[in-house]
Amino acid sequence: MSAYPEHLDVEAVRADFPALARKVRNDKPLIYLDSGATSQKPIQVLDAERSCYELHNGAAHRGTHLLGEEATDVYEGARAKVAAFLGAGVGEIVFTKNATEAINLVAYALSAPGQLQVRPGDEILITEMEHHANLVPWQQLCERTGATLRWLSVTPEGRLDLDHLDSMITGRTRIVAVTHQSNVTGTVPPVAEIARAAHEKGALVLADAAQSVPHQPVDVAALGVDFLAFSAHKMLGPYGIGVLFGRAELLEAMPPFLTGGSMIEVVRMEGSTFLPPPQRFEPGVPAVAQAAGLAAAVDYLNALGMGNVAAHEESLTAHALDGLREINGVRILGPDTTKDRGGAVSFEVEGVHPHDVGQVLDELGIAVRTGHHCAWPLHRALGVQASTRASFYVYNTHDEVAALADGIRYAQRFFGTG
Amino acid sequence: MQLESMYQDIILDHYRNPHHKGLRDPFDTEVHHVNPVCGDEVTLRVTLKDVGGEAVVEDVSYDTLGCSISQASASVMSDLVIGKPVGEAMTISQAFLELMQSKGEGQPDEDVLEDAVAFAGVSKYPARIKCALLGWMAWKDATARAMEGTQ
Repeated sequence: MSAYPEHLDVEAVRADFPALARKVRNDKPLIYLDSGATSQKPIQVLDAERSCYELHNGAAHRGTHLLGEEATDVYEGARAKVAAFLGAGVGEIVFTKNATEAINLVAYALSAPGQLQVRPGDEILITEMEHHANLVPWQQLCERTGATLRWLSVTPEGRLDLDHLDSMITGRTRIVAVTHQSNVTGTVPPVAEIARAAHEKGALVLADAAQSVPHQPVDVAALGVDFLAFSAHKMLGPYGIGVLFGRAELLEAMPPFLTGGSMIEVVRMEGSTFLPPPQRFEPGVPAVAQAAGLAAAVDYLNALGMGNVAAHEESLTAHALDGLREINGVRILGPDTTKDRGGAVSFEVEGVHPHDVGQVLDELGIAVRTGHHCAWPLHRALGVQASTRASFYVYNTHDEVAALADGIRYAQRFFGTG
Repeated sequence: MQLESMYQDIILDHYRNPHHKGLRDPFDTEVHHVNPVCGDEVTLRVTLKDVGGEAVVEDVSYDTLGCSISQASASVMSDLVIGKPVGEAMTISQAFLELMQSKGEGQPDEDVLEDAVAFAGVSKYPARIKCALLGWMAWKDATARAMEGTQ
């Protein structure tokens, strides 16, 4: 595969992932092409989580015993690591359950009483390309506040239509929420450019980075966003923990979302006051082991180098695009070059429903996603009901990409269309 | 390969040449069901008639957007219920539901389920059970509504 450059020692990487050694249906080796849904986890992450439970299992931020202090160190150490990974301030990192909760936290803050509260007649701008997680919370915000939801449309090539960006962002626009990498088409919209245009009109900007932070270097200052959200489980880390980055002065101005213990300053029967950010947004006993796992995932990615991670995926994506283009009856959704495009490759196979494509691939040991991938409006915009998606990560090989193309041909033969 | 255990010839035949497909008039009730996981859709119409005081399924017509399993299942379902008294058709529907919930262990009665026994293999794949049930659930819903209308 000399046509496609290698940027990582993939065999060494694969040795760190126990799941990749297992056999699946028909005793086939697993070919895992569904990292866009959730990534596999390396032993370093599993060990970090396990050792946290074995050695440092105390409730962080409370108590006076050693285990509690160690748990606090683990948790706050993870926060510092994530902050450095993104070029953010430590106090600008809020741990949430996942990216979905992080976006809901911001959408809630914009509808609750306070200086960020959205008023009737205000506008929220999103895009047709969004995952439901960066779409439904804004619809709900508009229902609560009387604001108007507007959206940028998608071109037939699966890019954002930015011709009308200047007119779509108005003096009434309060926030622009946009994906930093489509989970369907892999499209990487020009978030920095959109952020500049939004800020000129006084609007805030949130980037859904669930598909970008795991796969490319991300610097919040360079992007110029006010908020950024992602989940640990898509970046080699554990389930159950995600991150909201928020600029310090904005977090400071925001009311709490979920309330209870850990986030209060003083509680009286008549009312309560709250801690400063980020603790204000982290009620309940912190997910210390999950934070430890996330920190280990960041270490793992840093050791590989995010530039190398992105280059590796670009090489796999180029191979996949070339391979799929050669198959009669396969239509790639979205950009068909790797320019401003990540490693999610969705496609339709003429005459074979995605469920059936996925089922045949599963019999071959190839795990892909089928359906609308929580981006129903985007599928509608691209004129398809559903699609099949392959998505790549640090442990995928060019042989696996070739197996995908062979598998699609096999599905076509099985259903008599190829 | 176990693909053939799911995609039996009967299923592929119904998928390629679905029976009773297309929406027809007149009808008593129409429903639209969606599988939210994949976006597959079925629009289904039911017409009942009174035969000696008993409700009988006179016609089922439908339009589907979906995978081979959901399309074939709707086709088999229409074969099984058209012309049957509603009570008997509901019993068949229940037998099919139980087969789908059997995790591959079901012993379907071919006298009751006819071509639908071919879906036994689908019950081993949790992700596909909803596909096989989409048309049946739509029929059950449309028929229940039609029965309400006749009372």
